[in-house]
Amino acid sequence: MPLFSVLYMLIVKGGARLSTELFTELPPAGFEMGGGFGNAILGTLVMVGLASLVSIPIGILAAIYLAELSPMSKVASTTRFLAKVLTGFPSILAGVFVYAAVVLAMGSYSAIAGGISLAVLMLPTVILTAEEAMKMVPRKMKDAALGMGCTRTQMIWKVVLPTGLPGILTGVMLAVARVAGESAPLLFTALFSNYWLNSVREPTASLSILIYNFSSMPFENQIELAWAASLVLVLIVLVFNILSRLIGRPRT
Amino acid sequence: MAIHCVVEKIFYGSFLAVRDSNVPIQKGKITGFIGPSGCGKSTVLRSLNRMNDMINGFRLEGQVHFMGQDVYAKQVDPVIVRRFIGMVFQQPNPFSMSIYDNVAFGLRLNRYKGNLDEKVEYALRRAALWDEVKDKLKASGLSLSGGQQQRLCIARAVATEPTVLLMDEPCSALDPIATRRIEELMLELKEEYTIAMVTHNMQQATRVADITAFFAVDISKGGRTGYLVEMGETKQIFEAPQEQLTKEYIRGEFS
Ligand SMILES: Nc1ncnc2c1ncn2[C@@H]1O[C@H](COP(=O)(O)OP(=O)(O)OP(=O)(O)O)[C@@H](O)[C@H]1O
Ligand SMILES: [Mg+2]
Repeated sequence: MPLFSVLYMLIVKGGARLSTELFTELPPAGFEMGGGFGNAILGTLVMVGLASLVSIPIGILAAIYLAELSPMSKVASTTRFLAKVLTGFPSILAGVFVYAAVVLAMGSYSAIAGGISLAVLMLPTVILTAEEAMKMVPRKMKDAALGMGCTRTQMIWKVVLPTGLPGILTGVMLAVARVAGESAPLLFTALFSNYWLNSVREPTASLSILIYNFSSMPFENQIELAWAASLVLVLIVLVFNILSRLIGRPRT
Repeated sequence: MAIHCVVEKIFYGSFLAVRDSNVPIQKGKITGFIGPSGCGKSTVLRSLNRMNDMINGFRLEGQVHFMGQDVYAKQVDPVIVRRFIGMVFQQPNPFSMSIYDNVAFGLRLNRYKGNLDEKVEYALRRAALWDEVKDKLKASGLSLSGGQQQRLCIARAVATEPTVLLMDEPCSALDPIATRRIEELMLELKEEYTIAMVTHNMQQATRVADITAFFAVDISKGGRTGYLVEMGETKQIFEAPQEQLTKEYIRGEFS
């Protein structure tokens, strides 16, 4: 019941403000009317993109190690354990950690730092789901590859990865959907900006922080925008969830 | 002689799985391996192209001579051996890719420079599958029936024109009709390829094998060690076996 009422409010209140200017305008200040949050949508997409760029290759390489190269080793079981622990890691701590490691070193809040904090949150999901997907590739298919004269590396690249790809992508999409709405880590890393992104080394706007900021403001206009931004965010997450279902659907 | 396999001992870890088996594989013929379960038929067959190398603890004492080389010699790359000695497995195991890509897999792996389409068609024709799949080459290999999948695996194996084909119970997962098709296919293939095949089915051995090797398990001294009892022309093995053990096994299986 509460879930439905939230959804209902979201659609009614958020939908009321839905228009193209939301996507093209900058957030309004104080008593200004109108405005949008194009910069926050862009910022969210850029940071999620950066996070994917970092976490997907590292996650898949780690998964190859876990699933194929050395599944029984001490390093593998330690990695698996850490990844499992990290999936339940409070996201705000990822923000604090990246604040110390990146923001202080760079001397500024930035999209890079925001992307890295999201990457930290994505990585365990990507590793664990990709490992699972690769383990699902039947032994007999790997034997077939070796029997054709593949080296182990060729077997992994030409058979294991392509066969496990739908499962791997499902994991990636779920990880993206999970971090797209994160606000806590971005507070410490990307902060916010009222302007369009012009460098990934500067503070960057995001939908989640915009919602957080605007929803507590005493202005009707900003509160309406917060609702609209929530709806857009939910739709973005929904799209990634649907993509993960579509990609992961078994093919015949 | 295509392969001359001289097994002194094969170990899995400390377990002696096979001993004293001298198994020559003649060129252009089908050699069938028969014998009770656990007597090492698969072990010996897979030793021929070093498919057992991946198993932890596997160790072979002896030689496998192929094209003037011991395939177990230090300087020999097992991957190259497998490109000359292809393998068809008990369970049909096409890759989860299109029929075309399955057949082209080995060609691409070997960076084949000629006309891929022609080669794929040739291999599929060779495996008696072309007419059934020529209109759906883009369909997944996994969408075929079991018998078709196994013929696809044969097409995949012959596409790169290996010298020898190893088949480990290639029909045991198939129904009688699909089995017959594979058997006919093997008889056609032996004109170009040397084939070594494991089978549990005595009738199948008499139908397709030119030469039959009978293995048994030695359980004296507390072990379970397989060894070659007798090998010869299939007719001779089934009608006039030299060894008492062979005689009993064949009588047991046929009655
Ligand atoms: N990977 C392995 N690790 C350890 N022992 C093995 C392995 N594979 C086979 N063996 C053992 O080696 C012996 C020979 O096995 P193999 O599979 O070659 O027999 P087979 O004649 O093919 O039997 P079947 O007719 O049941 O297929 C058996 O005792 C088996 O338990
Ligand atoms: Mg066997």
